Amino acid sequence: MSMPLSDVAPSSTEFLAAVAARQLVGKRRVFAGVGLPTLAVDLARRTLNPDVELVYESGICGAQPEGLAEGIADSVLVSGAAAVLSMPALFGYVLQRGHVDVGFLGAAQIDRWGSLNTSFIGDWDKPTVRLPGAGGAAEIMPNAGECIVVLRRHDPGALPAELDFCTSPSPVRAHAEDPRMVPPGHGVSTVITPMAVLRRPDKLGELEISEVHPGLTVDDVRAATGWDIAVADDVRETARPTVEEVRLLRDEIDTVRLYLR
Amino acid sequence: MAAPDKVTDLTSAVATHVRDGMTVALEGFGHLIPFAAGHEIIRQGRRDLTFCRMTPDLLADQMIAAGCVSKLVASFFASGSAGSLHEVRRRVERADPAPLEVEEYSHYGMVCRYQAGAAGLPFFPLRSYAGSDLPRLNPLIRKVSDPYGGPDIYVVPPLRPDVTIVHAQRADRSGNVQMWGIVGAQQEAAYAAETVIATVEEIVEEDVVRSDPNRTVLPAHAVTAVVECPGGAHPSYTQGHYDRDNAFYREWTPISRDREAVLGWLEEWVHGVPDRARYLDKLGAERWAGLGVAPRPSQPVDFGRRRVASQEIS
Repeated sequence: MSMPLSDVAPSSTEFLAAVAARQLVGKRRVFAGVGLPTLAVDLARRTLNPDVELVYESGICGAQPEGLAEGIADSVLVSGAAAVLSMPALFGYVLQRGHVDVGFLGAAQIDRWGSLNTSFIGDWDKPTVRLPGAGGAAEIMPNAGECIVVLRRHDPGALPAELDFCTSPSPVRAHAEDPRMVPPGHGVSTVITPMAVLRRPDKLGELEISEVHPGLTVDDVRAATGWDIAVADDVRETARPTVEEVRLLRDEIDTVRLYLR
Repeated sequence: MAAPDKVTDLTSAVATHVRDGMTVALEGFGHLIPFAAGHEIIRQGRRDLTFCRMTPDLLADQMIAAGCVSKLVASFFASGSAGSLHEVRRRVERADPAPLEVEEYSHYGMVCRYQAGAAGLPFFPLRSYAGSDLPRLNPLIRKVSDPYGGPDIYVVPPLRPDVTIVHAQRADRSGNVQMWGIVGAQQEAAYAAETVIATVEEIVEEDVVRSDPNRTVLPAHAVTAVVECPGGAHPSYTQGHYDRDNAFYREWTPISRDREAVLGWLEEWVHGVPDRARYLDKLGAERWAGLGVAPRPSQPVDFGRRRVASQEIS
C-alpha cells in the first residue's frame, strides 16, 4: 500500500516532525519538551504507535490534554493527567531509575560522538552567546534508553569538530573520564537535521550519515558537517512525510499554529 | 493551646524576613511562581541577594534588572516558551550594566541540592556529569568514591537558603500549606530554608486542611509566615484558579531586550503600585477574566472515621 507523499520542504517543521515520529515505533515512554517533540509524539500516537506515552520534566505522567500545551508546565497538561510527581520523584525515580525509553533533546552544537552543548558559544568566561544551560538535558542524556536530537541547522557551526562547551556528554566522554562511570543509556542514537538523519549505532561510536533528505547528496551533507563524518553502508533517501501526516499536523494537532509556521 | 497565627501581609513578611545579602529561593516550576513576593522584594529595594531558582524565568530578569541580585544560582537560563532572558544575558555576556555571578547546575543537580539541604545531609549523589564540562565550570560539583565499591559518583552540596518563598492555592492561619498541580521542588526548597514565607490564593479554615491532609505539602512547622495574596503568581498561574498569561510572557521578550524598557516596566508595574491587589486592578478586569479557568474538581476521597460504640448506637 502506498500513501501519497507530501512535498513539504525537508527543512520544514512538518518534515522534521514526521521523521521524528517514525523513530518512536515500538517505544513506550518518551521524555520531551515542547515544540517539535510534542508534535512528533502526538503524530506517532495517531499513526504508528498509539501506546506511546509522554513524560514531562515538570512531573506530569500520562497527560491527556484538552488543548495544545504552551510549555511543559501548562495547566492543560495537569488537568486529567494520570499523575503529577514532585521533582525528586520525576528526576530520581522515573528518569534516573531507567523508566524512560527515549529522550528528545535540542542543542546549539553536537559533536561526532553525540555530546551536546546548550551552555555557551565562545569562551565560557566571556561568552558570545549565553545559551539556556543544562536544564534536565544533563540527566536525560545518561539515563534515557536513547536520545533523539533535532537540530534546526546543519552547518559546521552546529556540528563542529569540537564543542565550545560540553553540557550533556556522550557515553564516549564518560568512558574517557572513567570506564566505570559509563551511564546506562545509549546516549544519542539519532540526529534529525534539515539535511539528513544521522545515527550512532554503537554506544561508544561515532555518528554516521544514515538518510539524506530528498534533493540533497551525501557530499552536500559531508560538506556541511564540521568533521569528516562517516557514511552508513546502506545510506538511503529519507522518506517524505505522507500527505496524511502533514494534514494531521496542520489540521488536527497544531491547528492554532503554535509550533508550525 | 491554639496554634500560633502566622498570617501577615506581604510588606511586613518581606520587611521582617528578607534582608540585604541573604540567600533567597523563590521556587515554583513553571507554576505557582511567587511573582508578588518578588515584586515586593524589588519595591523594598533589597540588595546583594543570592537568588536561587531552578528556572529563573522572567522573575529573575525583573529582580536582577532592579538591582536586587548579585548572584544567581540556577539550572536553566531561559524563559520557558518565550525565549531568552535578556537582562541575564546582557550581564553575563557584556557585564552590562554590571557583571552577574552565576553558579550553575542541571535541574536534578538543583533538586539534589535542595534535598540535601532539607534532609541535613552533607552532599547528595546523582548519576549526571560524567564527561561533562559542568564540574569544571562549577567546582562545587565534585566526585567522590562509593564506599560500597561502586563506580565514583558526582555529588552536589546542600543548598540552605536563608529564606524560601513559595506560592500555593491555600493555607490555614497556622501555616499548613496545601498545593496541587505541578509541585516542583517546593517542599524540598522550603525544608532546606531557615525561614519560609508562603503566599496563598486564600486562607481557609483549619477544617478544610484537615479534610484532606495528603494535600498539605508544607506542614505548619515548616512555615514561618503566611500571606493571603490572590493572583500572587501572575503572570505564571495557579492550577484551578487562573491560567498562565502567555501573552504577557510573549510581551516580555521585546521589553527584556531593552534595559530602559525593563526599568520603565518596573517603575510602572512594581514601584507604581503599592501591592498585588492594585497590580491586578491595573491589569484590568477584562484581562484577568480572560485568564479564568472552568471548574474540573477532583472526586472527594474518603478518609473514613473510626467507629466508636456510642456512635454506632446513635
